[in-house]
Amino acid sequence: MSEALALDALERRFGERNALSGVSVRVPAGATLAVFGSNGAGKTTLLRVLAGLLKPHGGHAEVLGSKLPDEAWKVRGNIGYVGHESLLYRDLSIRQNLLFHARLHRVPPDRVEERIAAVGLPARASDPVRELSRGMVQRAAVARATLHHPALLLLDEPRANLDPAAAEALEPLIGKASGKTRVLVSHDVERTLAEADLSLGLRAGRQVFAGAADAKQVRELYA
Amino acid sequence: MTFAAARAILRKDLAIELRTRQSVPAMALFSVTVFVLFHFGLDRNEIEGSLASGVLWVTLLLATVLAVTRLFAAEREDAALDGILLAPVDRTAVYLAKAAALFLYLVLLEIVALPAFAVLLLGPDLTDALPELLAVLVLADIGLAGVGALVAGLASETRLRELIVPLLLLPLLVPVLIASAKATKPLLMQVSATTDLGKWLGFMALYDMVFVLLAVAVFDYLLED
Repeated sequence: MSEALALDALERRFGERNALSGVSVRVPAGATLAVFGSNGAGKTTLLRVLAGLLKPHGGHAEVLGSKLPDEAWKVRGNIGYVGHESLLYRDLSIRQNLLFHARLHRVPPDRVEERIAAVGLPARASDPVRELSRGMVQRAAVARATLHHPALLLLDEPRANLDPAAAEALEPLIGKASGKTRVLVSHDVERTLAEADLSLGLRAGRQVFAGAADAKQVRELYA
Repeated sequence: MTFAAARAILRKDLAIELRTRQSVPAMALFSVTVFVLFHFGLDRNEIEGSLASGVLWVTLLLATVLAVTRLFAAEREDAALDGILLAPVDRTAVYLAKAAALFLYLVLLEIVALPAFAVLLLGPDLTDALPELLAVLVLADIGLAGVGALVAGLASETRLRELIVPLLLLPLLVPVLIASAKATKPLLMQVSATTDLGKWLGFMALYDMVFVLLAVAVFDYLLED
């Protein structure tokens, strides 16, 4: 499979409002697509469509060789999603949460401890998520998203709430070094451009640019 | 795989209930409170027959509403349901797990509520009728859990779920209420009476089968965008 993502005139509406319209981009396997846009531009909606959590209402969307929404079931389990919310149960500990996701993804339980160590949380692994700081919850969310070795990482502000050391520690899991195909949403223009192979600019759900982009183009989106 | 996933979700739900103790204690406390209210409201120390049966089943039904409203509460926090939807599991696993969790909550509720009912309101001794009553309870609980999990899934993403759950659930459970109350009535009489127990158990078994199959068929669509 040479292309991990192939979007053509993708559309998604919420009621009468177009949240995404005419989005077309192709992302080779192993590449990083950076998605830029101000608040409400449609970045999170795009990630949720790619994850199969929202259905596209028009156009063509293919993820890891499977057409959405009809073949969304084929890509489930091959996507690592880090969003604004942790997707963790607050009343369970990090370990219980990861064991639960390991069972759903049929991942060996010993991988849970390895992930907990990888995100630097062994000391707090038995604490309920409710009692953790936002940065720790974010680290636990990364552990959850990468537990099953997904081929595609959908990352919505993955470094939010992380201190520089924690952000650095997570690089092998969700950074360029992971070698995964990534769709990365971030407002950190310089850093994101530096690690992106392709960029997608959105304004009010419409595609402004796709492909190679420079910092000036991106900044104009936020103007 | 569906059953393995259902088992994982059920295990997680029970772990959360064990830690938070939000559903079962609330249901039990509610039921005991209602029995106390009936005790004083009816101004009677002992009731029997259709009155006893009606009080018992209406109370259990209303306690079920409390659990159904909270059945997806943990999934709503931090979008935890998305974590399940992103996994390679059939959505039916969510339904089976939620229905099983609700069934267990109801069993635990009845372990508390039945003795409380016997002490606070019931005239006749329950001991002799216990085997038949257990059969009624099991079939009624399957119906309550099967329909309750379906309605909980339907209402989980709505803002007015506290209103929608009883409005949808209670009419759907009227057949269970009728059958279980009719089946229980002769078991709660001071003097032995003729019973149509077999007929009502059969009716409940049919109801359970129809609604569980219906729920399994449609639940996938409820969790779709």
